[in-house]
Amino acid sequence: MADLTTDFLGISSPNPYWLASAPPTDKEYNVRRAFEAGWGGVVWKTLGEDGPPVVNVNGPRYGAIYGADRRLLGLNNIELITDRPLEVNLEEMARVKADYPDRALIASLMVPCEEGAWKAILPRVAETGADGIELNFGCPHGMSERGMGSAVGQVPEYIEMVTRWCKKHYDRPVIVKLTPNITDIRKPAEAAKNGGADAVSLINTINSITSVNLDTFSPEPSIDGKGSHGGYCGPAVKPIALSMVSEIARAEATHGLPISGIGGVTTWRDAAEFMSLGCGTVQVCTAAMTYGFKIIDELTAGLSEWMDEKGYTSVSQIVGRAVPNVTDWQYLNLNYVAKAKIDQDQCIKCGRCYAACEDTSHQAISMSPDRVFEVVDEECVACNLCVDVCPVESCISMVPMEAGEVDPRTGKVVEPEYANWTTHPNNPMAKAAE
Amino acid sequence: MAQGQMAPGIVSGRLSSDELTSNFTDLHPPLAPHEAAVAADRCYFCYDAPCVTACPTDIDIPLFIRQIQAGQPQSAGRTILEQNILGGMCARVCPTETLCEEACVREAAEGKPVEIGRLQRFATDDVMASGVHPFERAAPTGKTIAVVGAGPAGLACAHRLAMLGHDVVIHESKPKPGGLNEYGIAAYKSTNDFAQAEVDWLLKIGGIAIETGSVLGETISLDGLVENYDAVFLSIGLAGVNALRTPGADKDGVRNAVDFISDVRQASDLAHLPVGRNVVVIGGGMTAVDAAVKSKLLGAEHVTIAYRRDRDAMGASRYEQDLAASHGVRIMTNVQPVAVHGNGSSAEIELEYTSSTGGTLTGTGETIRLPADQVLKAIGQQLDGAPDGLTLEGNKIAVTGAGRTSLQSVWAGGDCAAGGDDLTVTAVAEGRDAAMDIHATLVS
Repeated sequence: MADLTTDFLGISSPNPYWLASAPPTDKEYNVRRAFEAGWGGVVWKTLGEDGPPVVNVNGPRYGAIYGADRRLLGLNNIELITDRPLEVNLEEMARVKADYPDRALIASLMVPCEEGAWKAILPRVAETGADGIELNFGCPHGMSERGMGSAVGQVPEYIEMVTRWCKKHYDRPVIVKLTPNITDIRKPAEAAKNGGADAVSLINTINSITSVNLDTFSPEPSIDGKGSHGGYCGPAVKPIALSMVSEIARAEATHGLPISGIGGVTTWRDAAEFMSLGCGTVQVCTAAMTYGFKIIDELTAGLSEWMDEKGYTSVSQIVGRAVPNVTDWQYLNLNYVAKAKIDQDQCIKCGRCYAACEDTSHQAISMSPDRVFEVVDEECVACNLCVDVCPVESCISMVPMEAGEVDPRTGKVVEPEYANWTTHPNNPMAKAAE
Repeated sequence: MAQGQMAPGIVSGRLSSDELTSNFTDLHPPLAPHEAAVAADRCYFCYDAPCVTACPTDIDIPLFIRQIQAGQPQSAGRTILEQNILGGMCARVCPTETLCEEACVREAAEGKPVEIGRLQRFATDDVMASGVHPFERAAPTGKTIAVVGAGPAGLACAHRLAMLGHDVVIHESKPKPGGLNEYGIAAYKSTNDFAQAEVDWLLKIGGIAIETGSVLGETISLDGLVENYDAVFLSIGLAGVNALRTPGADKDGVRNAVDFISDVRQASDLAHLPVGRNVVVIGGGMTAVDAAVKSKLLGAEHVTIAYRRDRDAMGASRYEQDLAASHGVRIMTNVQPVAVHGNGSSAEIELEYTSSTGGTLTGTGETIRLPADQVLKAIGQQLDGAPDGLTLEGNKIAVTGAGRTSLQSVWAGGDCAAGGDDLTVTAVAEGRDAAMDIHATLVS
């Protein structure tokens, strides 16, 4: 069994799976059971400043997108930060941390953009023995209207400023949680780094309306006939999160900045993918909310088994392994030529590849009267759409052509050398190869 | 008190009323909405889908399933009913395992096709439950067409003609319309008097009158119909039953399987319906399976299907054969009846083993005797009472194109017409297509 012990910013946890700051981490009762179940760490539900706590709506907080068998694919919420008194949360955190010294316990914080507010709360958090703090600059609903959450995360200057205050008044690791509701994720990450952040975590939830009730014309989730955009999460957001993580991991200004990956982690495979793109830990929320804490058994066993298969002995060996392979479009090898190939033995003759290719643009699949579907190499641009729509997993594959072969579509010989757009003759900005 | 399976002879009340009720419930219970959503999600929306090609009525199956996926069973139902007005019955009785579901690509992929039949029932039930007939009649044409026989072909033809603006009079010899939907077909496939409910729903289109007790060759004649109507559609089915030419075939206890099935369908109380302790069904088609399974469900102790050729040659699909076997029916193949023994009533049947060489069936001389207080003959039906003057083809009414007979202004379809399988769904297609041809002829 591969060792899943994780060291992130000097914070140790028995495995890289942390529960994200969210409803499952809002109280001692939950967090204790999560730790008993085997979770490596917990980011406590976001604390606000002292005083009367926020209030939540008293109607539906969540909306969902389903597959046909009501498999939950995406979840949206309009819940705010913790609505329990600060003191209660701090006392509970201290008790839990004392009882589970081997687990990571991070305090998520969101207070107004004034140094005094941060200076007031940070010593109290430090007293709990929490391993670090996560600055919630991501929450896209409710709190953002009050100048907090994503309202801060969308202004890099504010991120840098607040991060700096935290580093000044707190001596343990500071993680900045980023909102994806922004055009270029590299800017807030860079700001966090400039402010002294030890790490960033992303993504927080995405602005969303899950559906509209066509009888009442009310967005869902609906409160007394009205709806408000909420934060979208769950399996559906994973591709967005992976891309944003990779951008930070490979950008010159932020390369090497530790990342805690968040966004639709549902199985061990999702976690391995996030880690390969540079995440030292992953945070899980929707999967735990959907299936309960017990999924940690599959998450840990699966990751460990895959690492054993591949010969990895430590999670640090997989962190960032895919980052060098993320590049810009202009650097992709234009001399790489592939053709779709249909395995006739596996084909079930549904014709989806034909419909997709015919109606999309290439007309590169032929259909015989007895439903034999074949690739027309003269037309195939290897776009992969046939693979994507084929219901049989390995029926259609993209087979690279060998150097020296002639591509029947272009009539050109496949060149062995790598060549990209920057030097392509059709590119008016092309530089001559040196 | 139930008689029990072992009571000798042909007696009623072998099982308690509760057992009978349980035995004759729906073979395939309807899908609940969520089940339908999950089942519909399995459809790949194939290009030029093989299931549509396999459907005699060319229902756009991927479209109706997608409409179920999209939460509109009413639209799905309309897609079905536009092609097949008896889509509700066909959803229950079609041998989908040899039609659409056999062609389904998921059958090839996983041996588990999309449940097209049950999804079709889900959609058509939804339409019928709404109580609204989804089609309207075109402007009146002033033409009136006679349809002879209110079975699936006749009803489909009449409905399409009515939709096109014609008036229709259906002449039916039996007391109730529906044909084999009402008098044939396994009771466990069409429960809750569905056949009559479907006819009532179909007639809501308007413009269709049904005259029961109207018998061709007795109360009405083809010449008279041709003279009094603008066109005639014959859908008279196969009223004759092939004879069993075996010594002792005239003994008590030997009867036609179709009559037995009709008795079951029409029974007001199944507890009063007699069935043998040892039943032998002669034949290998769907009628044989239906009769055998019904005998078993009524409480017969031993039920055997005796078929003269091998299993692959049976008219009943493998699915139907397995259905019979799962109810405890024994299937004997390569045996033919040579005698029915008994003193006045059947007590035993003597079967001779057969072998087939070059398609010719011969007895081997080896025989076996089975106890048989009831023998049900399911060896095929034949055309009976076809009017003179019609050209026949292989003992059925010869037709060209969309059911045109050799006589001017007379069309035919369903089991009585040559060509096509003798299935409800085929009859519907033929009735519908003949209606379109009649319409094209009358308005040209």
